[in-house]
Amino acid sequence: MSRIPLVPEITEPLPSIRESEGLLAWVASIDHKQIGIMYLIATLFFFLVGGIEALLMRIQLVRPENDFISPEVFNQLFTMHGTTMIFFVVMPFLIGIGVYLVPLMIGARDMAFPRLNALSYWLFVLGGLLLYFSFFTQSGAPDVGWFAYTPLSEKPFTLNKGPTYWVLGLLATGIGSVASGLNNIVTIITLRTPGLTMRRLPLFVWMILVTSFLLIFVMPIITSAFAMLLLDRLLGATFFMPATGGSAILYQHFFWGFGHPEVYILILPAFGIISEVIPVFSRKPIYGYEFVAGSTVAIGLLSLGVWAHHMFAVGLGNVFNAFFAIASMLIAIPTGIKVLNWTATMWGGKIHFATPMLFAVTFLIEFVVGGLSGVAIASPPIDWQATDTYFIVAHFHYTLFGGSLFAIFAGVYYWFPKMSGRMPSERLGKWHFWLTVIGFNLTFLVQHLLGLMGMPRRVYTYHDLPYWGDMNLISTVGSLILGLSVIVFVWNIIASLRSGIPAGNNPWNAWTLEWATTSPPPVHNFDLVPPVHGRRPLWDLAHPDMPDK
Amino acid sequence: MDKLGGVFNASSPEMEAMVDLTLFIIIVAVAILGIITIAITYILIRYRRRSADTAEPRQDFGSTKVEIVWTVIPALIVGVFFFSTIKTMYAVNPPFGDREPDLVIIGHQWWWELFYPKSGVRTANEVHIPIGKKLLVRLNSVDVIHDFWVPELGPKIDLVPGHTNHIWLSASKPGVYLGACAEFCGVQHANMRIRVIAETQEDFDKWQEEHRKIPPTPTTGEAALGAKLFQEKACTNCHLTGVGPDLTHLSSRQTLAAGALENTPSNLVKWLKNPEKYKPSSYMPNMKLTDVEVNAIVAYLEALK
Repeated sequence: MSRIPLVPEITEPLPSIRESEGLLAWVASIDHKQIGIMYLIATLFFFLVGGIEALLMRIQLVRPENDFISPEVFNQLFTMHGTTMIFFVVMPFLIGIGVYLVPLMIGARDMAFPRLNALSYWLFVLGGLLLYFSFFTQSGAPDVGWFAYTPLSEKPFTLNKGPTYWVLGLLATGIGSVASGLNNIVTIITLRTPGLTMRRLPLFVWMILVTSFLLIFVMPIITSAFAMLLLDRLLGATFFMPATGGSAILYQHFFWGFGHPEVYILILPAFGIISEVIPVFSRKPIYGYEFVAGSTVAIGLLSLGVWAHHMFAVGLGNVFNAFFAIASMLIAIPTGIKVLNWTATMWGGKIHFATPMLFAVTFLIEFVVGGLSGVAIASPPIDWQATDTYFIVAHFHYTLFGGSLFAIFAGVYYWFPKMSGRMPSERLGKWHFWLTVIGFNLTFLVQHLLGLMGMPRRVYTYHDLPYWGDMNLISTVGSLILGLSVIVFVWNIIASLRSGIPAGNNPWNAWTLEWATTSPPPVHNFDLVPPVHGRRPLWDLAHPDMPDK
Repeated sequence: MDKLGGVFNASSPEMEAMVDLTLFIIIVAVAILGIITIAITYILIRYRRRSADTAEPRQDFGSTKVEIVWTVIPALIVGVFFFSTIKTMYAVNPPFGDREPDLVIIGHQWWWELFYPKSGVRTANEVHIPIGKKLLVRLNSVDVIHDFWVPELGPKIDLVPGHTNHIWLSASKPGVYLGACAEFCGVQHANMRIRVIAETQEDFDKWQEEHRKIPPTPTTGEAALGAKLFQEKACTNCHLTGVGPDLTHLSSRQTLAAGALENTPSNLVKWLKNPEKYKPSSYMPNMKLTDVEVNAIVAYLEALK
């Protein structure tokens, strides 16, 4: 009996976007790995732009009464530098590397909602373009600070179109961020490979999960504040205009209600990177897994109730300030637990100083500097001196640059072989590392002193007061070294992509699932996901005689 | 060696209390940083990988006891920090009850309006206070948010439109204390400086007495022409209405344009000829005055004492 096929045999493959080569394969992609890499490329671009903005500011401040750039341009530069580095570099980098790694780390084929994933990415790009389009308007880019306090950012005081583009750009990326948050949560909860329970989840994925909850809790706060500001600016509403019955302070509550959790959105995934890198290069499991994961949840929850420590100088009263002081100081406890656990992970290990580990170890010390100065300024009487001075600039660069960005560099060097299939150059990596460490500390260490000596932030010029010129000169020299380090970094990426040594599946001898597949991984990620019986599936495979508990 | 400002030169009881707390917390913080740095450095040296050694080290997963210890210790430190914070907060910022303010400061883009309600003295950008007295200051803003900050004398406080703030201001020794607006307030935020001139009670009384009187309008020479021009050239539209700083006793002040320039007749000439050069985008317009007019107005303003 002959069989009659109901569907004719396919003789030619169906047209597929994945088979097309070149730009379209990327632009039209819904593959999480391609989208992840596109995030990294776009953030590298914005990183270079934001870095140039910073260098221009440092050149202006190199000596007292300098007139390299006008006050208008200076104010645009610090507004754009802050906005760019926060919303278009650190945040999308961490979201992007999460998008690349989360499915691989949990043994999934892709994110739960691949199209939503692409939408998030393109909204972020759209936001960046809207923001930077403002440079082409007649009055230039926004010049009201990355915080855009009302009423200064309201129409009567800032007629420029800048702040309007700023709001629109951040609204677009913000919507994308909420979508990423939802996508991550659903992916992590529903797509884990069998055996990968929540208690076995890689710590990086834990941190992404907590970050994603923060994203969906706090982005709506700033989105509504932006909507109100937009109504004020475009339709003559008066939400934040005191002269016509609005409240200037209300905006600050909205802004920091988002803005402080935001700094944990910028640091928690970085903690995740550190929690992956330090164990692998110490050849030991993370010390106190439950406490590292648990303290992340604690930080996430506490971060929702500390926003007004940005407002100690607003004059809201001793009782109000005391509440936010203690809430902020409490965050030091779970953060301290993490630092000690990372340190204990290295104890008794066999530490391999490859570039990712160099950045991770330096992260530890620099983040502690930023964390400790953070505890100090959580105390209102200290903040009454320090706030709005260079002390704060130093503080948050130690957390955001010495912290987040050092972790990002560690992550780039660590996962570069997985993404590209080639090893990054160790020699250039070490050059990059040392130039970054020296440049960073030269730039920002003296700024603590400048702040304590009374130099306010956001000033385009300053008088020749004792030592101000010297310290600003040191800071500018440091920033130029940082500029050089970035050139080495970019050169390393380009050179290693072209001619790096082939990496193989698992060059670092690591233990999480992304290292079980090829480098770079195939479109479907895994031919076969290894069985998961513990937190380190590849350790268990390699050491069947002594598997993890 | 030049004298360092800011926290290195605390000059009021409030600031001394704040510096004590700052020093205490910074010393503890530096000690913690030192311990962690030494520990990490030791670990990095002691446990670095030797090239020949490829065996995996002992796998250690943690200890609940250790975790409890290093949760409790930071908690205790935070407790001590919080306790000393509260003590200092109430020492620096005690409630003011229903006391009337001794000084009212109103923020403008980009200068400070000053008013002493008890004597009726009105001036700008330079606060005079008697030493050894706690003055209650009331602060407000007519446009955007500013922030009053004289580092050596104590806390900074915002000047918020639609929200009145109070702060205690005092100085324990005579001197000139430099300060600035600390909240970004627009293009000329950098040139919104303030200074506090602390002097003995007698000197302060003398200053106040002089400033209470309105100086006579000059009737002869260049100054008389200046007085006429001051009316005709629309200077009064701003400088007598509170839109721009009050100039009644300008020649007794140390600086021009909220600290942008030192107050000398030649600087005043330069300023009047081209304000854009010294304080770009400020609201002081270039009135396109001729040299004769500028000199006359400067002579008039210099005569006002």
